[in-house]
Amino acid sequence: MSARRPYVRSMDGWWKRDAYFISYMAREVTAVFVALYAIVLLFGVVRLSQGEAAFNGWLQYLTTPWMKVFHLIVLAVFCYHTWSWFNIMPKTMPIIFFGGKRLQPGTITGTGLVASVVACLAVLLIVRGMS
Amino acid sequence: MADTEKIIEIQVLRYRPEQDKEPVLQSFKVPFTDDMSVLQGLQYIKDFLDGTLSFRWSCRMAICGSCGMMVDGKPKLSCKTFLREYYPQGLRVDALAHLPIERDLMVSVEDFVTKLESIKPYIIPKEPRTLEQGEYLQTPQQRDMYEQFSSCINCMLCYAACPQYGLNPSFTGPGILALMHRYNADSRDGGQAERNELGYADEGYWGCTAVGYCSEVCPKGVDPANAINQNKMASAINYFTRFITPGGAEK
Ligand code: SF4
Ligand code: FES
Repeated sequence: MSARRPYVRSMDGWWKRDAYFISYMAREVTAVFVALYAIVLLFGVVRLSQGEAAFNGWLQYLTTPWMKVFHLIVLAVFCYHTWSWFNIMPKTMPIIFFGGKRLQPGTITGTGLVASVVACLAVLLIVRGMS
Repeated sequence: MADTEKIIEIQVLRYRPEQDKEPVLQSFKVPFTDDMSVLQGLQYIKDFLDGTLSFRWSCRMAICGSCGMMVDGKPKLSCKTFLREYYPQGLRVDALAHLPIERDLMVSVEDFVTKLESIKPYIIPKEPRTLEQGEYLQTPQQRDMYEQFSSCINCMLCYAACPQYGLNPSFTGPGILALMHRYNADSRDGGQAERNELGYADEGYWGCTAVGYCSEVCPKGVDPANAINQNKMASAINYFTRFITPGGAEK
């Protein structure tokens, strides 16, 4: 008879075991906030279809103190979301050669972050120009 | 200045299947010098304090891949980790996480080896060549497409770093998928179709949620997370195109 009795350890609370897992879970949780904010925007579209007064009411609602706090939280969460996903992006890409040199992970992450900042500024400028 | 002997406390998670119902911590006081690895600390314990302590090792130089364990909760090669980094607070060593403990610091390698065999970890020539035709040629850039993935020493640190493997051991896992990519990405190889069946399965590339810790702990810079995730696109394309290519859906 075999004397083997392999012991399998429990995975309970695994994500608290390592700081790396906590930051991974934080990245996953940011998706919930993205979904939440999509609902807020979707609500605005619904109000828009109900006419100008309804839409202005929604705009007004966004400026209430609680909504301002909510926006600040969402902004912070979105910044982490953006950084953490561009941080993992080099892992999702095939090995690329650029002029005989291998494209470095830092370049990929940096390009992504710069692109998102530029996109945000562009949207801000466009909105400013319209109002 | 001569190295003065210091004493460090090493806590070891012991598991002796014939007497322990579950793993228990045992503490040892080990004299050490600054050039001593965690592995040497364990060897001191085995030689002078408790001969029943079990652990694996061979090369002592980070190339055989047998001495992996959790050092203060992080997957490490114990021959490549120094005791001085944990002085004076001491350290704790456990068997590699996510793998069944056979005894003390030794884990079961059964699952890893079975999976390794299943991926055909050898070159399946694209076109058979006769001796007269000579060797298969490859440019330096073609070599670069797989070289880092060929550095794997089968140490399983990445498995101890992968929560998805811990939660679901049927996931093929980082190291093996990186080796699968190593052969698939080789310009001389023609075995992709055979291997992709495993890679494109739920237990293959898609079992990964891009935690990325495997690449962080890998002692050889293999970057298994990259090997896995760069294949998801090809797998997704394959998933959708098999419905429109004749006979593709049966595959
Ligand atoms: S990929 Fe790295 S960590 Fe994983 S088994 Fe190979 S050498 Fe070890
Ligand atoms: S003893 Fe060979 S890798 Fe550590």
